Amino acid sequence: MKYAGRLAVAAIAGVLSLAACGTDNNSGGTGAASAPAASAGGGLSGTINAAGSSAQANAIAEWKKAFQSSNPGVSINYQPSGSGAGVQSFIQGTIAFAGSDSALKEDKGEPAQADARCKTGKAINLPMVIGPVAVVYNLPGVDSLQLSPATIGGIFSSKITKWDDAAIKKDNPDAKLPSTPIQAFHRSDESGTSDNFTKFLKATADWPYEPAKAFPAEAKGQGAKGSDGIAQAVKGAEGAISYVELSFAENSGLSKVKVANGSGEFVELTPESAAKTVEAAKVEGSGNDLKLSIDYATKAPGAYPIVLVTYEITCEKGLTPEDTKLVKSFLTYTASEAGQTALTGLGYAPLPATLVAKVRTAVEAIS
Amino acid sequence: MGRSAFRRSRGEGLFRFATTGAGILLLVIMAAIAVFLIVKAVPALQANTSRFLTEKVWTPNATEPVFGIAALAFGTVISSLLALIMALPIAIGVALFISHYAPRRLAGILGYVIDLLAAVPSVVYGLWGVIFLIPFMKGPSEFLNTYFGWIPLFAGDAVYGKSILTGSIVLAIMILPIIAAISREVFLQAPTMLEEASLALGATRWEMIRMSVLPFGRAGVISAAMLGLGRAMGETIAVALIFPATFTITLQVLSANGNSIAANIANGFGEATPIGQGALIASGLVLFVITLIVNMAARLIIARRKEYSGAAA
Repeated sequence: MKYAGRLAVAAIAGVLSLAACGTDNNSGGTGAASAPAASAGGGLSGTINAAGSSAQANAIAEWKKAFQSSNPGVSINYQPSGSGAGVQSFIQGTIAFAGSDSALKEDKGEPAQADARCKTGKAINLPMVIGPVAVVYNLPGVDSLQLSPATIGGIFSSKITKWDDAAIKKDNPDAKLPSTPIQAFHRSDESGTSDNFTKFLKATADWPYEPAKAFPAEAKGQGAKGSDGIAQAVKGAEGAISYVELSFAENSGLSKVKVANGSGEFVELTPESAAKTVEAAKVEGSGNDLKLSIDYATKAPGAYPIVLVTYEITCEKGLTPEDTKLVKSFLTYTASEAGQTALTGLGYAPLPATLVAKVRTAVEAIS
Repeated sequence: MGRSAFRRSRGEGLFRFATTGAGILLLVIMAAIAVFLIVKAVPALQANTSRFLTEKVWTPNATEPVFGIAALAFGTVISSLLALIMALPIAIGVALFISHYAPRRLAGILGYVIDLLAAVPSVVYGLWGVIFLIPFMKGPSEFLNTYFGWIPLFAGDAVYGKSILTGSIVLAIMILPIIAAISREVFLQAPTMLEEASLALGATRWEMIRMSVLPFGRAGVISAAMLGLGRAMGETIAVALIFPATFTITLQVLSANGNSIAANIANGFGEATPIGQGALIASGLVLFVITLIVNMAARLIIARRKEYSGAAA
């Protein structure tokens, strides 16, 4: 017992000192990033309640830190409860904006419901964060691997089962491929990453399943829970391949596949190459609604085709006066130069120049 | 005299009222949970375009929802049973060692460690499974598959670490402390007089345990096992992290399969549509019923063996 008590004291002291380090780091980091954020004007106070996509949770956390340090009166609560839950909460009017991996869906009647929530105005989709999706693999001895969408589709639908399959050889004429069996991992929980990845496969490969947040069970393969679960699974299994957000791929030091775009060019995933695909995307929404239609088979040179665009969904008009002021000022910061560049270190890609200009105009119009 | 009798009866009445109230409250809570599950599940079950009890596919969020419990219920039962089969003998051994073999000091420390094991959060077991056990199990799994593949249980053509067996091992470790702790308490209560009598008659220690401790503790061990089984079936996050979440029914415990009702709820709830949530709740209802059946079966077994038992069932 004596020892247990001493241990407990040591543990508590350890935790306290860790916590102290944490806060030190935070305030140190924000000092530099916060200066430009002050443009929205000080003296703001209140609370922004928001919820939604977990894919942009890290981005929001970073923005929150910087924004709150220049606007100490504002507190931002972002609950990463999932895109679907976020949109539902927004429609019910319990939050000021929702983060979502997809724009409001016409076939589910979401735009109409969201417009009703906004009363005097309409709901708008603002693309704010680009999350590139990396195809990662674990194959000792193969440092560089390039795959066409058709081959990726074959691997994830369990039609290609060995690493020395003819299709993979064709994509990699110079690589020495072992006959290791392929272990294709997918997300076992529902996620926007699976949704975007299967949309990409549907658009570019012979993919027989409907794109959905739940990876199709008929495609077989093994599930792993969460992005960190995927990274762990690939790391621990020789011959594994999977898809995961760029930040997780980089943090766990996994090798990334070069993926062929619409013109057959194998492109390495970098924030810049991912942004090129978004730049080539068409704006589908009207007015300040910036719903994008991504061309997964884009022929833009140097464009990496698998990207996830996450939106902030809010009201152009019709938020309460207090919410309007706060949301506008927060989104002005997130779409600013400082806000976008703050994300590159986190594995996100900044919005391309043409699009970010449109986003700024749309945010300006929130009233 | 009269006054104190009155007082006693009033205290008696109050206490009776309080205990009856507690008993009724428990029933009300159980009923409320069941009603909640049913109310939430019915709309989803009506929207289902397949048969809930026999369908294996789980796509309740599609525009035409198709979902069924078959694969999930099977996965839950098989993984929990495997876990129980692995955990029970070890747990009884541990309990007997602590109660009858170990020197007192060691027994105290060991009992403390077992209790500590029960207090480890399940997510920690899950992470341990993901980071250590899955890569570790690849070798043994391949060995079993290569040399004992003729046993249907170990058959299958793609064998990696992520499997029903790995999940069951983690579950077994998780339920071990519960079974061991309860069994230990039961064994300690075995009447010393009987034990001493059998020793005096010339029985070895093992014979003494077999004749007087085990029969006495049987009912208690069965309840402990059922409690463990219940925990294994309801375990969520550890198996959600470990199982590869497939929707197949197979006895090949080494193949990359495995899922459970609770794991599926954890995986699906965050992004589920209202119908999807209803479907998950319906699956929760099935788990509720399975647990109920297991507990009732345990009660039956215990009731039948009452004559041996000194401990209350």
